[in-house]
Amino acid sequence: MNAFASPGETPLLAIDDLHVTFSTRRGLVEAVCGVSLQVAAGETLGIVGESGSGKSVTAFAVTRLLDASGRIAAGKVRFKGQDITSASSKQLRSLHGAAISMIFQNPRGALNPIRTVALQIADAVGAHERISASEGRARALDLLKAVLIRDPEKRLDAYPHELSGGMCQRIMIAMAIASRPALLIADEPTTGLDVTTQKTVMDLLARITAERGMAMILITHDLGLAARYCDRVAVMQHGKVVEEAEPRSLFRAPRHDYTKRLVAASPTATSKIADLAPSSLREGASDEAIQEGGANPSGLLRSARNDGEVKPAPGTPLLLEVQSLVKRYDGGVVAVNDVSFAIRQGESLGLVGESGSGKSTISRLVCRLIDASEGEILFDGQPIGQQAARDFHKSPLRKDIQIVFQDPTDSLNPRFNAFDCIAHPLRRLLAMKDGAALSERVRECAARAGLPAELLERFPHQLSGGQKARVGIARAIACRPRLLVLDEPTAALDVSVQAVILQLLDSLRREDGMALLFVSHDLNVVRMMCDRTVVLQNGAIVEQGESLALFRAPQAPYTRQLLDAVLHLDGPGQRDAVVAGS
Amino acid sequence: MSSQLATTAKRAGRRFLSSLPALFGVLVFTFLLMRVLPGDPAVFFASGPTAGKEEIELIRKSMGLDKPVPEQLVRYLGDVGTGNLGRSLTTGQPVLSDLRNRLPASLELTFSALLIALFTAIPLGVAAALRQGSAVDHLVRFICALGVCVPTFVSGLLLIYAFYYLLGWAPDPTGRVDIFTSPPPLVTGFLLIDFAVAGDWEGWRAAARQLVLPAFTMALFVVAPLARITRAAMLASLGSDFVRTAKSLGLPRRKIIVTYALRNAILPVLTIAGIVFSTMLGANVLVEKVFSWPGVASYALDALLSSDYAPVQGFVLLMASIFVIVNLTVDVLYGIADPRVSVE
Repeated sequence: MNAFASPGETPLLAIDDLHVTFSTRRGLVEAVCGVSLQVAAGETLGIVGESGSGKSVTAFAVTRLLDASGRIAAGKVRFKGQDITSASSKQLRSLHGAAISMIFQNPRGALNPIRTVALQIADAVGAHERISASEGRARALDLLKAVLIRDPEKRLDAYPHELSGGMCQRIMIAMAIASRPALLIADEPTTGLDVTTQKTVMDLLARITAERGMAMILITHDLGLAARYCDRVAVMQHGKVVEEAEPRSLFRAPRHDYTKRLVAASPTATSKIADLAPSSLREGASDEAIQEGGANPSGLLRSARNDGEVKPAPGTPLLLEVQSLVKRYDGGVVAVNDVSFAIRQGESLGLVGESGSGKSTISRLVCRLIDASEGEILFDGQPIGQQAARDFHKSPLRKDIQIVFQDPTDSLNPRFNAFDCIAHPLRRLLAMKDGAALSERVRECAARAGLPAELLERFPHQLSGGQKARVGIARAIACRPRLLVLDEPTAALDVSVQAVILQLLDSLRREDGMALLFVSHDLNVVRMMCDRTVVLQNGAIVEQGESLALFRAPQAPYTRQLLDAVLHLDGPGQRDAVVAGS
Repeated sequence: MSSQLATTAKRAGRRFLSSLPALFGVLVFTFLLMRVLPGDPAVFFASGPTAGKEEIELIRKSMGLDKPVPEQLVRYLGDVGTGNLGRSLTTGQPVLSDLRNRLPASLELTFSALLIALFTAIPLGVAAALRQGSAVDHLVRFICALGVCVPTFVSGLLLIYAFYYLLGWAPDPTGRVDIFTSPPPLVTGFLLIDFAVAGDWEGWRAAARQLVLPAFTMALFVVAPLARITRAAMLASLGSDFVRTAKSLGLPRRKIIVTYALRNAILPVLTIAGIVFSTMLGANVLVEKVFSWPGVASYALDALLSSDYAPVQGFVLLMASIFVIVNLTVDVLYGIADPRVSVE
């Protein structure tokens, strides 16, 4: 597998000065401005970048699957030397699937919900050759075996909703390779999947493309994924390719400022909070995330300088104690099974696990948003588990336990501007009346969360993702809670925004002495943010302990499996070196 | 597959049981409503304006109206339980047999109208969705607006004027068959089916000719909601990820539109079709009146105007039961069309 197409040889795919525009209500918007890329046969090219960088639009322009509002304004796309930029729909139909195929983010949505797996795969085969129904079924079975699905015979008649996300993505891969295309474009194929599933799906993709000599374009926001699986990586920002190189040299010695920031912001097995967005890189940066940081940079810089551990003294009393918590849902599903842990004042505890491990349910139980089936929750020595969740808003302890939700958009009332969002808990829980005191407190919280005061008048849809996350944090700290529960607070954010938000949370904890319950699927983030970590699987605790020790020498096989699935910028094997060195 | 049918059947059964209290509520509500409406049936059915007090009192006693309302209710419920819906004072027949005679006429008309509406609305909605914003889309929107804003009695009269009076294509709009055709032996009460069973194609054609105009009148009114929901559902499924997948695999356009987009879009259409059917059956009184169609709705209207309790109560109960049955049918169809529904 040669990484670079030798000059003179026709590349499999050549994109030449591609421009894509979208017509919106505010006029034409150029999403891709002058992208040139080449993919050689059998090569894997990674395109990385944050949301809005134009990486997916490039892929959809290549396959001519853009929305009706988008069109190729200029440039050429050549496949095997043939210009496909203005191919007719008939030509495109013979290209799609047979020459270039795609797999998508959200695999379950990408499959027809009311058609069985066998029929859908047979459709994909039948699009390019004439086959009978029984042949189609036989081919579907072969393809299911090729993508290593367990019990392939049983899956033939399954519907997508009966399968896990990872299995749906395997079926999508089976459909994409059904007509033996020469190029596979994978658009964020593992976003939203668990780390272990991500690993198996990506390993499968790498194996299939190698076996069949297929080229692949892997579009991802995850630098680790690109580093592990690509021969060559292109970094995109604002619709342009800013840097293109072999992954090892690209991530070890990035040349472009944006790549440098991106690499720094990606949490690795060794990075510290302060490293994520070093101040040296912030000079002259025009990025949204960095601009956002401008409101209160002193706090961030302070925390960036302060690298010492802030462990509570051994005698610190327990703030939260969870005893044998059980949550059963109707139909006998046990979401949380006999979970016990404790958080001391000012301590941060991480809850990690894959989807279905019960970590979000626990965060909601602790916040008293739902009722436990069994077990007790003690807050500051007082039992709070008995009071019904629907009445807990009356409890004097409500203001002491606040939560930051996963989705910064959905967790804000679209009819409230930022000021009202932050003032809401003050009005409801502290019964503050409108006036100077309220508006001063709101401004103070906004400043603490790094939200510029001039944005307080804006409504959620007028704010960026990072700004909305800041509103959510400002709202949660408005009542000066003693425990802040963070349910995947950065899962929906780009890495550079995540870096700034994580630094903010860390400095809030250091300066206000808040205890944190940090729920995340990202092990690197938890390792940086939390003193202690609890590993969950299927609703039960597998392992808990000091973060550093737990990540250095995991005891439970499941924890080891999770850690092995974590990707590293320097490719595989780097963690072992770190462990050996430390 | 069989387990899917079993869960569908189970769900339908549960739905049926949970609709029984609603049916009972309808029963009591209509009973009370009829008692508070103005008009005294005893006065109405007395021999004439000169009838004496004693005569009215006698009629009232014979109808059981002298008893307190709760007692009347209990007796009414007991009667309904034994299948006795009372006797219509206008026709002199038991309400049950009146309804049984007239319901097939209404059902035949409504079914035909619904079929016509679906076969018009779905292609229109699909065409509008495929060419969103084009002249086709605007034309469909115009047709829909026209269908909704012209009342059925107006469109019915217009159709009669055009096709019967001006063109002479349609037979005179009076009833289900013209007087020269002898009705077929009674099998289902649906004339088209009964004629077909009897092999009397002459009669079948006559009945169909009578049916066309009222059915189209009724269909015109419901094409709009069906076409609009088809368009909206089609747009949603054409923009969905799985249609994009189908395109990325190079599936033929026809297959993408029919098997991928339309089959998914048909689910909301099914729900609306169920609602539309129930509405048509109850609300087609105007069409029945305009075309002298011997259906249940015009029967109930006549009874209501003459303060004849029993037929109105029977009619409302019938409509409520049909509503429950239609909902059950939609439920079962939904379970067959969408495998996700059967997951509890």
